[in-house]
Amino acid sequence: MTTMTMARAINEGLRVAMDADSKVVLFGQDIGRLGGVFRVTDGLQKDFGEHRVMDAPLAESGIVGTAIGLAMRGYRPVIEIQFEAFVYPAFDQIVSQVAKMHRRSAGTVRLPMVMRMPYGGGIGAVEHHSESPEAYFVHTAGLRVLTPSDPQSAYLTIQQAIACEDPVIYLEPKRRYWDKGEVDLDTTLGNTGLLSPWRARIMRPGTDVSVIAYGPMVRTCLEAAEAADGVALEVIDLQSLSPLDLATVVESVERTGRAVIVHEASRTAGLGAEIAAQIAERCFYSLEAPVQRVTGYDVPYPASRLEEDFLPDLDRVLTAVDRVMED
Amino acid sequence: MTAETDPVQLLTPEGQRVAHPDYDIDLSPGEMRDLYRRMVMLRRLDVEATALQRQGELGIWASCLGQEAAQVGSAAALRPSDFAFPTYRDHGVALTRGVQPLQILELYRGLTNGGWDPLEKRCGLYTIVIGNQVLHGVGYAMGQSLDGTDDATITYFGDGATAQGDVNEGFVFASVFTAPVVFFCQNNQWAISQPRERQSAVPIHQRATGFGFPGAFVDGNDVLAVMAVTRAALERARSGNGATLIEAYTYRMGAHTTSDDPTRYRMGDEVERWRLRDPIERLKVYLAREGIADRTYFDTIDREADDMAVTLREGVRRLPVPEAVSIFDHVYAEEHSLLHAQRAEFEEYHAGFVDQGVR
Repeated sequence: MTTMTMARAINEGLRVAMDADSKVVLFGQDIGRLGGVFRVTDGLQKDFGEHRVMDAPLAESGIVGTAIGLAMRGYRPVIEIQFEAFVYPAFDQIVSQVAKMHRRSAGTVRLPMVMRMPYGGGIGAVEHHSESPEAYFVHTAGLRVLTPSDPQSAYLTIQQAIACEDPVIYLEPKRRYWDKGEVDLDTTLGNTGLLSPWRARIMRPGTDVSVIAYGPMVRTCLEAAEAADGVALEVIDLQSLSPLDLATVVESVERTGRAVIVHEASRTAGLGAEIAAQIAERCFYSLEAPVQRVTGYDVPYPASRLEEDFLPDLDRVLTAVDRVMED
Repeated sequence: MTAETDPVQLLTPEGQRVAHPDYDIDLSPGEMRDLYRRMVMLRRLDVEATALQRQGELGIWASCLGQEAAQVGSAAALRPSDFAFPTYRDHGVALTRGVQPLQILELYRGLTNGGWDPLEKRCGLYTIVIGNQVLHGVGYAMGQSLDGTDDATITYFGDGATAQGDVNEGFVFASVFTAPVVFFCQNNQWAISQPRERQSAVPIHQRATGFGFPGAFVDGNDVLAVMAVTRAALERARSGNGATLIEAYTYRMGAHTTSDDPTRYRMGDEVERWRLRDPIERLKVYLAREGIADRTYFDTIDREADDMAVTLREGVRRLPVPEAVSIFDHVYAEEHSLLHAQRAEFEEYHAGFVDQGVR
């Protein structure tokens, strides 16, 4: 086991994937000499060369669109979008081309590309640097969506995303980039044990309430579980947002009879809505209380001095826990 | 505002071979007859498809009438190992890359959103979102360059697409990465109802300069000039000198699609003027005058086109409608648990109708 930050763990995962396959190329703004604005690609251009780690012009649709061409040529592009809210100029290429090419070509054209982007708030940033756009991508057939929550899951899921034959949106919780954790660098994709691909992880077992989260909110929920008085929370890290690992969620909620879903993104038609609907369809007769959602509000992401009031935190999670325990 | 220069021309509208200071082409009689044949077959496909749409056999058709020389001449300049990224109107490109006419009609009949294996034909699928494919072409060319080959890519688009961000981003990426790509713009004068002047305040080919590569202006109804200019641009790409923007000056003789009514926005005499510049007639006159082809040859090609038309009419009706459950095929390359479950749900639901004889 090695202690490292999540940013470092992604870097190590990229390194493993690039060592294993010379067709893996990184492409994005400021990812070369600078190592990316969050330093996730630090040192990779030096070690792998300018043809494997390419700085791109400042044009997101151009990055995604040309990555499609590179993938058609047999490369496995891993692109970096500098911040999640700058992905919107590329939304057309992602939705109209990346997501549909395999289907349109009857399976003859595969686009094994990874679209990495930091997401989420909590870092006191200016506008367009704190959003959570995951629902747009989960709603789009043809895409897969992964998000790590700690260094160990980051190290493996980035490799898993690159190895996947489908296009993957890889959302990196930026406020957790500098959180440290233990990483087993010897764990390989073929030997993942608890971290099997496209599966959720039960981060902390509990008997009273299933708390379902992903990305930046997993740590918040673990802290809530620690702080909860007399209530045993089971914290689930979804990891894969598309496909959702509903089996793990359903198994847990059937045991606990109570579910709280937590995400930073706005509430309406967010991931929580889908998860709550699935729980209603599959666990209705096991439920002891209505499902609760703890989410961002349906407002534009606020200016940073107000973001603490927008974002779910430990107290809001525990308030929702109290509510499901009342019933 | 810069004035239009004269487009490169090697064959006048009257079928006279003329010299150009920068471009020339030396084709064998067989190669010239082949260009003629390809254009005639393309036009026949286009006319038949329009008729099939009117008969209800196709949902829609995007006619390339009048653009045969631009499409065939440029695609004929490619090597088999090059790659082409066409739009939904570039039937001459698809045919020249070896796509079968019925494969094109499958899309317009609503049986598929693709129709062929792009990697086998080395020809992308028709892209309907305006300009998207230009970036794919640039990226593919970047890959060719990384691979160290001397293959090149050509990407097609129209005058309307030059207003799109993706096309301009494609120009930037091609330029800074010196990608071996040819940007082939068919300026057919009309983006549905909007004239070229509404898309670009300067002549399209002149915009290349600002992006850092040359622009060429060619008579798009002159198949010899189109081929010569495209060959030169491909050669420039192969030798590591990067992109070229070709503006092929042509005209969309038909409607935007079979759903469009061009009489609402353009004058009939404009169409008549362009009829005199017909790309097929001009090559035919030249071939006949030079003794490269005679009446027997032209008749043979017409019969071949007639035969193809019969095959298309019969074949299009026989194209199988895919099984309903196939909507779940190829959405992902790897197993996707939720989609797998929806597919099972769909199959179970439909199995309930089997006793009633409903598919």
